[in-house]
Amino acid sequence: MNLFTIAWKSVRQRRLASGLTALSIALGVMLMVLVLVISGAVEQAFGQRSIGYQLLVGPKGSDLQLVLSAVYRIQPPIENLPYMYYEQLKKDRRVQVAVPLAFGDVTEVGGFPIVGTTAEYFEHPYAPERKFRMRGKQIVQLFDAIVGAEVARFNNWDVGSQFSIKHGGADSEDVHDEKFTVVAVLEATGTANDRTVFLNLEGFYAIEGHEKPIDEAEKRLRDFYASEPDVLDNAIAQLEEYRRHQAESASAPEDHAHEHEKTPVAMKEVTAILVRTRSDFDAINLQSDLKKGFQAMAVNPIAPINRLMTNVLGNVQKALVVLTGMIILVSGISIFVSIYNSMSDRKKEIGIMRALGAQRTSVFAIVLAESAVLCFGGGVIGWLLGHGIAVVASPTVSMKTGLLLNPWAVNPWEFVLFPVMLILAVLVGFLPGMTAYKTNVADALQS
Amino acid sequence: MSLLLQDVTKSYREPGGRVLPVLSIEKYELVQGEQAVLVGSSGGGKTTLLNIISGILLPDSGKVVIDGRNIVEMPEAIRDRYRAIRIGIVFQTFNLLPAFTALENVLLGMSFSGRKVDRPFAENLLQRVGLAHRLNHSPSKMSVGEQQRVAVARALANKPVLLLADEPTANVDSDNQSLILNLIRDTCRENNVTLLMVTHSPEVAGAFSRVDRLRDFNRVVAGRKQEVSK
Repeated sequence: MNLFTIAWKSVRQRRLASGLTALSIALGVMLMVLVLVISGAVEQAFGQRSIGYQLLVGPKGSDLQLVLSAVYRIQPPIENLPYMYYEQLKKDRRVQVAVPLAFGDVTEVGGFPIVGTTAEYFEHPYAPERKFRMRGKQIVQLFDAIVGAEVARFNNWDVGSQFSIKHGGADSEDVHDEKFTVVAVLEATGTANDRTVFLNLEGFYAIEGHEKPIDEAEKRLRDFYASEPDVLDNAIAQLEEYRRHQAESASAPEDHAHEHEKTPVAMKEVTAILVRTRSDFDAINLQSDLKKGFQAMAVNPIAPINRLMTNVLGNVQKALVVLTGMIILVSGISIFVSIYNSMSDRKKEIGIMRALGAQRTSVFAIVLAESAVLCFGGGVIGWLLGHGIAVVASPTVSMKTGLLLNPWAVNPWEFVLFPVMLILAVLVGFLPGMTAYKTNVADALQS
Repeated sequence: MSLLLQDVTKSYREPGGRVLPVLSIEKYELVQGEQAVLVGSSGGGKTTLLNIISGILLPDSGKVVIDGRNIVEMPEAIRDRYRAIRIGIVFQTFNLLPAFTALENVLLGMSFSGRKVDRPFAENLLQRVGLAHRLNHSPSKMSVGEQQRVAVARALANKPVLLLADEPTANVDSDNQSLILNLIRDTCRENNVTLLMVTHSPEVAGAFSRVDRLRDFNRVVAGRKQEVSK
């Protein structure tokens, strides 16, 4: 019978007190693990520190929200830009590449964000010197889709799989009728592209319900192009034409009523535009020009995230780790109090063991082992609880925040956790251990 | 010689600083395999004497020789180990550890000896004291008599040369008294273990051929505080 067995028996004998003290440690460790899992997810989500484009153009508003929605895909978009604006931007002499993005929907299964774009998106590097690699073919047909590696893995999709999408966010119940077909699966990129489903932009427009009412579109265009009458006239002319066609369709015989009416350019919108300029100077110049206007803004796609991570999230993470560390410390103190308080009750027990021949160092070690059993046992339970809760909460967290939790990913700090638990055990067990060490056997046997 | 006490003195210091002498024994001995009962008044120093013999307490002076070695001169850790191996103790209140089963209580005694734990021997001991069917029962589930029998088995677990029993039948009924008394004496006899038993009971004392009265060899008068003349 070794010292750990003896310690374990003693822990079991005081099972309520032992259970509660181990639970306090477990809860502390569980919180720490959850913080680390979430930190890992945040790190992974915002791990992309470079992008293959100099600018991200979107409607006026928060630069952070634009980046979070367009690059990291974890926030709803701000507003949309007219597709005509994208065409104008593409013609700007400073612009080398402009890739339109339209988003706002999610997959019915898994709640992964949907991005409507063009084949160009996959032809250009997503980060400096990092090109997309995919298994399958490019988007050609209206309802073709390319899915990120994580989407394919999570939903068990492959080329040929068909799926539906939901209008709006993950909470929406409004499932579109259109069925999309996976034509390619991207290799993992370590970016938000891994958990994104890409649709043909034209297919995105063809989805029923994605088209704004004509009056609303007209109002938006009139506001947007108030200072560009030529462009506005062209747009309004397109809308008038479309309005007339719509009216004719409505009054046409039944068999002609459902013929597909191609959406005019003026009715189309994009949510953001990725822009690569001919030079860095052009990027600064373009950004400055857009800043002066009131139509759109151009932001550095990464700077707002770096700012967020450095100034806010990084510090919040550190604060949470320190806080949970303090919770564990407080739990350690509760173990100390529990063991220390039990020492007076156990004086006779220690006296008996000493009378049976146990050395002072043995009873000291038994008390330390008890402390280790509680700290380490509590730590293991807490670790399992933390990861277990992460497993259970992962789908909900992913749906609500867009963060992809990897519940069983072990943060390197978790390897430090267990040696720390043992050190804590030694610290909290030391004084009670010394009390056992100094026990006067004759007195203890009389007690 | 199994046990020899020579010129052993022990006194306690009272809270007021006064010295209270308890023992002053010129010579006391037991030969190997001998069985003796020690009687004396309450507070006369019997338990102190057992504690000194077992090495739990150190005398102020003198020699305590067990199986040829003076335990007073031993470092504490060696003395603890020596106690585990050479001396078995049966307490008045049994002193079984409640967290452990009957068998584990016996194994516990073995595990502090530094020797390999001999589980079959422990089971055999419990069988010999009539508890083969109670091996895995905790003390709280056992009768008083059964608990004391476990205590006897634990005391014999390391095959000691000397068994000290401090009023082992004080808390049991008369049926169990004779059963436990016979058990202790018989197992000591079978294993050639020297037995020193403290008792208040004339019945128990009457069963022994050697009855030692503490006042006969302790120069301190029991129950009276007085300075020891050095």
